[in-house]
Amino acid sequence: MPHWAMRSWPAHMLRLYVGVMCVWLLTPIVIVVILAFSGDGYLRFPPTSLSLQWFDRFFGDPQWRRALLSSLIIGGIACIVSTTIGFFAAYAFLRTEFRGKKLLLSLMLTPVVVPSIITAIAMYYFAGKLGLIGNLLWLGFCHAVIAMPIVLLILLSALHAVDPNLERAALGLGASRVRVFWRIVLPIVLPIVLPGVLSAALFAFLASFDELLISLFLAGVRAQTLPVRIWNSLNLQVEPTIAAVSAFLIAITTLILAAEAILRPRLGQWRGRA
Amino acid sequence: MAITVATPGAVSRATSSAPRDRTLLLMLPSLAMLILLFLVPLALFFVRTFTEFDGTTAEFIEQTRDLLLSQAYLSALGTTNWISLIVTVTVLLIGYPIAYYLTTAAGFGVNVVVLSIVLPYFTSIIVRTFSWMVLLGEHGLVNDLLMATGLANAPLSLMYNRLGVLIGMSYVLLPYMVLTLYAAMRSIDPSLLRASAGLGASGFYTFRRVYFPLSLPGVLSGALIVYILSIGFFITPALMGGQHDIMTAMLIDRALEIAVDWPSAALMSATLLLVTLALYAVYYRITDIRRLIGAR
Repeated sequence: MPHWAMRSWPAHMLRLYVGVMCVWLLTPIVIVVILAFSGDGYLRFPPTSLSLQWFDRFFGDPQWRRALLSSLIIGGIACIVSTTIGFFAAYAFLRTEFRGKKLLLSLMLTPVVVPSIITAIAMYYFAGKLGLIGNLLWLGFCHAVIAMPIVLLILLSALHAVDPNLERAALGLGASRVRVFWRIVLPIVLPIVLPGVLSAALFAFLASFDELLISLFLAGVRAQTLPVRIWNSLNLQVEPTIAAVSAFLIAITTLILAAEAILRPRLGQWRGRA
Repeated sequence: MAITVATPGAVSRATSSAPRDRTLLLMLPSLAMLILLFLVPLALFFVRTFTEFDGTTAEFIEQTRDLLLSQAYLSALGTTNWISLIVTVTVLLIGYPIAYYLTTAAGFGVNVVVLSIVLPYFTSIIVRTFSWMVLLGEHGLVNDLLMATGLANAPLSLMYNRLGVLIGMSYVLLPYMVLTLYAAMRSIDPSLLRASAGLGASGFYTFRRVYFPLSLPGVLSGALIVYILSIGFFITPALMGGQHDIMTAMLIDRALEIAVDWPSAALMSATLLLVTLALYAVYYRITDIRRLIGAR
């Protein structure tokens, strides 16, 4: 910490301000979790009593359970597909040099910036033509496209830390590029960057698990995910069960962030060199 | 999110010797997926809805002009830009001190702030919007507090109007701003600040004349990414907005859901997409693209 920064009253003001903002940022999350344990018959804060009734309702209802299952299957497909394919792409990006490389990367990141309503409608149009509305596998692949940018960015940074000398040595000894990939990269490099790969996989799953618009358009009636059912409930009649479902989604997010934090070897990395 | 990428140039140049490198083939699966599941659907959506238009070209042009000059579209355009602008400025003003704090502080405080940014960032937008709907409702926590403290006599309308949209969107987009600003601020060389202090400048002077100018590129890219995401926003304004807060994305959705009017939806999508891509091109010029979504 630069000593000039944290001594005077502006520094105290800054700390106070940041503290208030943290409360503001966390309040909505905390409120939802508290509401989920409400013992009341409708959503009100603060609840007058506590109970697990809404979780009972959530896990007891076959429709909600089915939505949960759809979410898990789609998230699983998106996670495996985007992480596998993304690993190949990130490796190729780092180990080759070609014109328009930065442009290609920016193209592969466009799913982040294209408004999701447009992506959703276009994918809906396409899936409709192919008769794939409501197909879990297809939806999983569509989510993989959305998860790809984050997977790529995480893996690019993870792979960057790997010393290329090992591969260079193998190449120098006459191994082909393909052989280097199968005999050096997969058995030796992959384990080194495994934390990065796992973290990419976790975030890919999360990206799919939380995605609403594409699922909303592509799910039909058969493949409704948890966010889709929350959306429907918010638009028609707010049932208190969605507080429990929301709390469940928050719990998954928290678990994944915690797992990611444990995976990351050095704790201070978020702050880098500062 | 912790992602550290350094310049890959030197390393990759050292290992890639063959001009036609088969390693590049590894990129094929992801490219194929991007093309087949993203670019082709987008292209088809635009091309097919226009080619399926039954009528003469003159009629098509006339309809296009009518739509783009229609009251509904122009007003949505105005609303979209106005909301996006306010959200961008709000989020910048709120986020700048937070990012600044993150780069200068250490220890427990930083971890709390990082958690407060990252947990909402990765929580589903629908969940975050739902919680704000609970908070801002007529009998929500905010109104209860305002009335209990005597700041308001009757419940205020905090939702289903412009204010609700602004609060909800600012909340959702703040993490993008903080993470972008933080990435840029972290690359400011602290020795410059020490030099300024050593030469007798006050803390505020150093901030105003050294730190702030150096952080401006980050401000620009943060503002750009938040604006880009704002103009395409759908979920939060659809749930928290009122009748006068129709944004472009909602109009596109309505054209499909209510009127099943594919050409109109495609046309409005095309204009929105063009603006988005133009801004993304500017972003691409001024920022390291690997910093997108707060990476690095």
